[in-house]
Amino acid sequence: MRWVNRQVRRSDRILLGSLPILMLLLLYMFFAAQRHALNPADKILPLPAGMASGMSALLFQPDQLTGQLTFWADTLASLQRLGLGLGISTLTALIVGLVLGVLPPVRATLGPLVTGIAVIPPIALLPILFIALGLGETAKVALIVIGITPVMVRDIAAHVADLPREQIVKAQTLGASSWQIMIRVALPQAMPRLLHAVRLALGPAWVFLISAEAIASDIGLGYRIFLVRRYLSMDVIIPYVAWIAGLAIMMDIALAFLSQRLFPWAHGARH
Amino acid sequence: MSALLSLRGIWVEYGDKIVLEKVDLDVDAGSFVSIIGPSGAGKSSLLRIILGQEVPTRGSIFLDDAPLTPECGPDRGVVFQRYSVFPHLSVLQNTVFGLECTAAPFTARLFGSARRAAEKDAIEMLDSVGLGDSIHLYPAQMSGGMQQRLAIAQALIKRPRILLLDEPFGALDPGIRADMHALILRLWRDYSLTIIMVTHDIREAFTLGTRLIALDKRRIDPHAPHRFGASAVYDLPLKPNKGPLEEEIITADIIQENETRIGYE
Repeated sequence: MRWVNRQVRRSDRILLGSLPILMLLLLYMFFAAQRHALNPADKILPLPAGMASGMSALLFQPDQLTGQLTFWADTLASLQRLGLGLGISTLTALIVGLVLGVLPPVRATLGPLVTGIAVIPPIALLPILFIALGLGETAKVALIVIGITPVMVRDIAAHVADLPREQIVKAQTLGASSWQIMIRVALPQAMPRLLHAVRLALGPAWVFLISAEAIASDIGLGYRIFLVRRYLSMDVIIPYVAWIAGLAIMMDIALAFLSQRLFPWAHGARH
Repeated sequence: MSALLSLRGIWVEYGDKIVLEKVDLDVDAGSFVSIIGPSGAGKSSLLRIILGQEVPTRGSIFLDDAPLTPECGPDRGVVFQRYSVFPHLSVLQNTVFGLECTAAPFTARLFGSARRAAEKDAIEMLDSVGLGDSIHLYPAQMSGGMQQRLAIAQALIKRPRILLLDEPFGALDPGIRADMHALILRLWRDYSLTIIMVTHDIREAFTLGTRLIALDKRRIDPHAPHRFGASAVYDLPLKPNKGPLEEEIITADIIQENETRIGYE
């Protein structure tokens, strides 16, 4: 049987998928154990016990200066910035993308501007943002927004513009105005695509968040990682990175689930 | 002029390619006009011009003696070969859409008793195209034939002056196509429609139409074939009124089609 035809059953898929992850973990444990056998005080590849003790202080003991549980305060601060950034970007992408996609005159006017903004590397704008908006929360949220919005806008606009011409014509023969076509024909069909765009933008959004936090911040997951790097605290960095990965995966799954539930018509014939 | 729709000296050019030249056409109310012709003869261009989707390079179009604005409107309904239903709306929502657009300019949605009244109209229309039992399905859950039935119901609920069909049954298999022929003839008679249908299928054009127009190029310049456009080379009146006889012809058609299919298999 050809490999292109080999379908994998669901139970086997879970097994196969977890295999490389387990292998990687085993490999890590092997090298960590090896290093610790040579030097019990090794900091580069901490053992799980080391990570647990390193993290327990951040997880359960209030910080002496602020009185907060550091890990949870970091998580909350980062998620707040990420949520704000994603929220603003998503709303902008939906409105601007819809208008650009449906109305040719607006597309002709704003299309080049959006394309122009999209090609600027957002990190290069970070100094401008810090100068213009200060080192506070606004600059960090603004970096996320500037980083992911243009791509999302272009994606939604292209998707809406690609709706079959027949549909738009049909809507007009049913008496629909531009506005009605926008809210009843284009908007609902842009929504599943928007959720998809948010899923794809999650990766870059995290990159911009961590970058902004690494450069100027006093709280946040990215700030903590870059802070403890000075002490080679791999026992804190690795759990933090794993936590970030976990959060990202949870958001992705939640968005995929949401899309399936809210827009069943966009996910194949089985409703 | 007494015709419902009149085309006067229509030319369509794309760049230096002439697609249609000097098309004059009068369509009477209540007629069923079939338009046939080889690929590239401008059948669909002609339909798009009548629909208002395209502007002719020269010439003018009158509907009830009033010049048509070059924009699609509710006086001309359309059914395309594909993509003419909204995938995100259920069958009922697809049909109610046309009523909602007129009644609620801002929200394009109806609520309460207005909604119930519109849904009642829509269900009546869906019953008459044979979709009465499927009002809560989405287009992706339906066969091609059912989607075309929906597209027809969607168009007819606006009571258009003219119904334009662009190869509406081209993507359907022969058995379903025969059912659809019977359906469109019944609707044409019941709602006294005026229909203009573009088709590839010559037999379909003859069976359904009361008038047949063949588009083709009258002249061909071998050195510049694109410089002569097509116009109506044949304009044949067919049987003026279709009585119950039509059903028999169609039944005979189905039998013949089935026989050929069986013969091939």
